[in-house]
Amino acid sequence: MKILVGIKRVVDYNVRIRVLSDGSGVDTDGVKMSVNPFDEIALEEALRIRDAGNAEEVIVVSAGGDECQQQLRTGLAMGADRAIQIQTSADLQPLSTARAFLKIIEREDPGLVLLGKQAIDDDNSQTAQMLAALWDRPQATFASKLELDGQSATVTREVDAGLETIEVDLPAVISVDLRLNEPRFVKLPDIMKAKRKPLDVIPLEELGVAAEGNLEVGHYAPPPQREKGIMVEDAAQLVEELKNRGLI
Amino acid sequence: MTVYNHPYKDVEFLFSELLDFDRMCQEAGLEDINQELVSAILDEAGRLGTEVIAPLNAIGDRNGATLGEDGVQETPGFADAYRQYVDSGWPSLTAGETYGGQGMPKLVGAAVAEIWQSSSLAFSLCPLLTGGAIEAIAAHGSDELKETYLPDMVSGQWTATMNLTESAAGSDLAAVASRAVPEGDHYLISGQKIFISWGDHQMAENIIHLVLARLPNAPGGVKGISLFLVPKFLLDENGRPGQRNDVYCVSLEHKLGIHASPTCVMNFGDNGGAVGYLVGEPHNGLAAMFTMMNDARQGTGMQGLSLSERSYQQALEYAKERLQGTRSDGTRYPIIEFPDVRRMLMMMKSATEAMRGLAYKAAAEIDLSHWAKDPREARRHAERTSLYTPIVKGWITELAQEITSLGIQVHGGMGYVEETGSAQHFRDARITTIYEGTTGIQGLDLVGRKILANKGEILRDLLDEIEVTADAMSADDSLAGQASALKQAVDNGREARAWLLDHAAENRDVAGGVSVNFMLLMGYICGGWVMGQAALKACSLLAGDGGNESFLRAKRVTAQFYSDHLLPRVGSHLATVKAGADSIMALDVEQF
Ligand SMILES: Cc1cc2nc3c(=O)[nH]c(=O)nc-3n(C[C@H](O)[C@H](O)[C@H](O)COP(=O)(O)OP(=O)(O)OC[C@H]3O[C@@H](n4cnc5c(N)ncnc54)[C@H](O)[C@@H]3O)c2cc1C
Ligand SMILES: Cc1cc2nc3c(=O)[nH]c(=O)nc-3n(C[C@H](O)[C@H](O)[C@H](O)COP(=O)(O)OP(=O)(O)OC[C@H]3O[C@@H](n4cnc5c(N)ncnc54)[C@H](O)[C@@H]3O)c2cc1C
Repeated sequence: MKILVGIKRVVDYNVRIRVLSDGSGVDTDGVKMSVNPFDEIALEEALRIRDAGNAEEVIVVSAGGDECQQQLRTGLAMGADRAIQIQTSADLQPLSTARAFLKIIEREDPGLVLLGKQAIDDDNSQTAQMLAALWDRPQATFASKLELDGQSATVTREVDAGLETIEVDLPAVISVDLRLNEPRFVKLPDIMKAKRKPLDVIPLEELGVAAEGNLEVGHYAPPPQREKGIMVEDAAQLVEELKNRGLI
Repeated sequence: MTVYNHPYKDVEFLFSELLDFDRMCQEAGLEDINQELVSAILDEAGRLGTEVIAPLNAIGDRNGATLGEDGVQETPGFADAYRQYVDSGWPSLTAGETYGGQGMPKLVGAAVAEIWQSSSLAFSLCPLLTGGAIEAIAAHGSDELKETYLPDMVSGQWTATMNLTESAAGSDLAAVASRAVPEGDHYLISGQKIFISWGDHQMAENIIHLVLARLPNAPGGVKGISLFLVPKFLLDENGRPGQRNDVYCVSLEHKLGIHASPTCVMNFGDNGGAVGYLVGEPHNGLAAMFTMMNDARQGTGMQGLSLSERSYQQALEYAKERLQGTRSDGTRYPIIEFPDVRRMLMMMKSATEAMRGLAYKAAAEIDLSHWAKDPREARRHAERTSLYTPIVKGWITELAQEITSLGIQVHGGMGYVEETGSAQHFRDARITTIYEGTTGIQGLDLVGRKILANKGEILRDLLDEIEVTADAMSADDSLAGQASALKQAVDNGREARAWLLDHAAENRDVAGGVSVNFMLLMGYICGGWVMGQAALKACSLLAGDGGNESFLRAKRVTAQFYSDHLLPRVGSHLATVKAGADSIMALDVEQF
């Protein structure tokens, strides 16, 4: 079985985001970029599945400009076997990304597709769901536990009410949550080896996918400054305060 | 708790713009190594530093190493961090490929070491010492010693120490008195060593001590000292650690800083003799140690840089958050708005960037001296390296005292209390001017061996090269002021050099009396040089459209600040040098 893992290049989670003064986006000039943390967790899970003998190959895929090869190399250094860059200078929206990934799926025929539950840049949380629908295969989102047995996977999902366990037939798309695992630290010799692992570049046009968007971004704005809180004595006072503010 | 983030922008700028790293590697025929690879390496090291090692720094300060029944117990959490460090392959970074190393350039080793040292100096010393021992054994050990010990040292399974100092032999190693008596295929070592960093701990399955001692009938002084390899556990027939050797840590020092680095009194041979093996030629042990001198001393200079960087990051964070000013409408604003706080932060920032520029340049020079194919080129790089070394060690570690002290000052009262952690950087930095040769020894080394011994020729070449930078800067109108300041500093350097060459012979106190001021003078000039080069590069990148504009603009301003605030110190050191040794030595010892 092959496992396909999506990897997105995003602003490092340590960086304090600054919105451009004209509201057209966030400042990425010279900002540290990294693999989306949820995608790292997805890759870690794929590697563990492979290393336990339940898959033969792990392929990392990223859609973006050539700078995303840096993140693909990180994926290769973590242990992925090969990488595919879907080359585009456009800032793809989830639907286009899902369409492009579907084309890769058609070429590679994976038994499992693992994605992060969302990317920490736009926090869309859409690509996995859209991909499953386009592919017409089962989906399991927000996975915090994953067990494979033969033709199906048992997935524990983080949902608002707590945890939910479901079973999905493979192939399937699974999007992973924070608590699924702790990604490994990359080993130094593997950084060197990553340079020699295959990285295929496929232009988006070659896949026959258009970079058009069905969403329009109005503008970006920083969140309002947090106002100073107050300490309440007990639950009664808390309820009182919430009522006073018309919140309940 | 304080967060540490690797200053990757400045480091990448240095690699690509000041050092031209890709070309350096190409010319040396290193096809696999380039800046892209180094960025990936620094990224991963930065992650381990930030997430695993840096959080242990304050813990180690409060819970230093302790001595118990089973020897030294390191700070809780260190063993786990060390395991991760080893599992990730970091001990092998610069070691030779024959014994499992990755063979990366020294420069890359220095850049990665900066990360470990900023994260936790105390922790970093253990692998640093192991790295030094690997080099010593690789350069001087027999094939059998190398095959037996190096693979497990390179992998980090075993750590190592340097046992030089004795109570009567610190700066003056000629007084080493530990003894080694031949017995069969080995020697029996006896004696006491003091101040041995990481002399014992539980993080690794064996500890390899490199020990200076005298053979029977050895000549007195430095030419009678030999180097021995003494394992904590002797190896069994399978080459695995077995029987305990007769070497023990008998006490730990209580000290100002680096609490988590055990500073051990080591007794060898209390129960009959510690088994040791000769490394290199008999009586030639100090020479063996000296082959690593540039690495070890420059490495200590890097420590001054690393702690300055950490202290700066913390002060900056605090200055943005601490509200002390009050506006007319009653709202308060952070202290970073005050000009004097800005001055302190700019001092910290510009000094740290200048230190980094010089330290990386000097590390690259070591690589170039190894890579040069033409022997004349190789010699030139080796001479330049040896000139840089005491400046890197002496100037950076001395300036680090001021910078880490400013880190406290920015915090006000909270800097003086331990809670914020700023005081730790100051206390930790204090050792760096003492070990690996005190500042006084660096000054003597510079003035004696590196200047007077060659009639100042190597220094003349360096000053000429700095002037080339100053000339290039003066071609750019926006840098004209900085250019003339650097030119003036070069002239001051020439004046100091000429004065030294003229007066050193007058009496022996002259060189010794002026040496530290001379060394600091050279440090500030070199700092001005690298900041000038950085400003030039920043200007040309800004004129084109390459690079990160806000970083480049900041670099220009930082270089200007260095020129305004730190470079003028050259003039004051020159005046002090030219005052000579008279007022230093005029009082009789009894008059003090
Ligand atoms: C925390 C710590 C860790 C250490 N780790 C190690 C280790 O792992 N291995 C090891 O072998 N050693 C280690 N040392 C020892 C260290 O290298 C010595 O302390 C150092 O070399 C200075 O020697 P000393 O302490 O005997 O000082 P001294 O030599 O007594 O110096 C005292 C003062 O006299 C000055 N002085 C001495 N000689 C001269 C001279 N010729 N000209 C001008 N000035 C001079 C010095 O500059 C200094 O200011 C460590 C020390 C410390 C404190
Ligand atoms: C050991 C100790 C003993 C003490 N004893 C006493 C005591 O007995 N009684 C008592 O009342 N207090 C005492 N203090 C408090 C001490 O006086 C204050 O710490 C000191 O006044 C600095 O104030 P701060 O700590 O709030 O620092 P801040 O005022 O927060 O200063 C932080 C930094 O900002 C700078 N800064 C602040 N305002 C300005 C400005 N307007 N312009 C330029 N720079 C500015 C400061 O120079 C400093 O570098 C003590 C403090 C310590 C640490």
